Amino acid sequence: MHEMSLCQSIREVIEDRARADGFAAVKTVRLEIGRFSCVEKQALEFAFDAAMRGSVADGARLEIRDLPGRAMCYDCMKEVEIDERFSPCPLCGGTMLMPVAGDEMRIKNLEVI
Amino acid sequence: MCTVCGCGTSHDHDHGHDHAHGHSHGELHFGHGPAGAQVAGMSQARLIEIETDILSKNDRFAAANRQVLQARGAFAVNLVSSPGSGKTTLLCKTIEALGDQPLAVIEGDQQTANDAERIRATGAQAVQINTGKGCHLDAHMVGHAMEHLDIAPGSVLFIENVGNLVCPAGFDLGEDCKVAVLSVTEGEDKPLKYPDMFTVSKLALLNKTDLAPHCDVDLDLYEANLRRVNPGIEVLRLSARTGEGMREWIAWLRGNLGRKVPQAAE
Repeated sequence: MHEMSLCQSIREVIEDRARADGFAAVKTVRLEIGRFSCVEKQALEFAFDAAMRGSVADGARLEIRDLPGRAMCYDCMKEVEIDERFSPCPLCGGTMLMPVAGDEMRIKNLEVI
Repeated sequence: MCTVCGCGTSHDHDHGHDHAHGHSHGELHFGHGPAGAQVAGMSQARLIEIETDILSKNDRFAAANRQVLQARGAFAVNLVSSPGSGKTTLLCKTIEALGDQPLAVIEGDQQTANDAERIRATGAQAVQINTGKGCHLDAHMVGHAMEHLDIAPGSVLFIENVGNLVCPAGFDLGEDCKVAVLSVTEGEDKPLKYPDMFTVSKLALLNKTDLAPHCDVDLDLYEANLRRVNPGIEVLRLSARTGEGMREWIAWLRGNLGRKVPQAAE
């Protein structure tokens, strides 16, 4: 589990922006997390509060938007949406799928005051 | 440098108001926030677009490492696996088989310098990174370790990551590729249980094949499951202990090293 180090990275990004943009407090942190990223959302939420303590984002609300997993099916050569990395192709039932999107771990935006 | 706010550009700071508004130097945003505009005297919670990867800092260190390696035409392999898959033994045998090929090794473990000592016993240079409570190597640690190694032009750099099939998948170290080591005692469904690591790996080494007859395992099923999570993955079966398959592995390394062309002289 590396959710704590991810939260520390989030804190660093926020503090850099706080210095550059001159805001004093963060109300909301919005993340976009892909279905295939190696992130456990509950662990991230748990680590978030602890990692933000004493920073401009102390007490900030965390909102996580899920991004779908997408993969290229090597059998029907179409790009499809799938739930798990090794789910079969919903169109042709093929099992040779290569993920093309869904491993995102992004800080989308901040609501600041 | 601006001594008022510490940013890189010099500019005037004698404007006579406090900074209730957005104040990004060289990049002033007045159009953000719920209202989409900033009106003097009116306060609003502002929305600041970040659009940054959470691991952007790690990725910057990784890019710097990659640049150093590229300039020297060095080929870097990030070896990932569960604990106990046989990475260190495989590395020792690989170093032996590579003969006078210039190489360097970075060892990652939570504790002890045992692995680096085992590597040094082969005559190769090695640096041990202890991550303490950390479950993976990051690019910053690897960058510092590289400073302690003599990475000669045309070297192979082996980075033996912390034994863990989860976290190291997400951290780019600046390597050319990840190589997953999977021992035949671990169960054919390991790639399905921990798909992330096998999806990001270019090559899987199915290690300890000498034990296969004793553990009732189906090596073809291992390969089928690896390709199920990563249709493009290359697979080599080998035994570091008996030497079976080592020739193919060494040829794979030399082939990839040969395809790296130094971009600049040192």
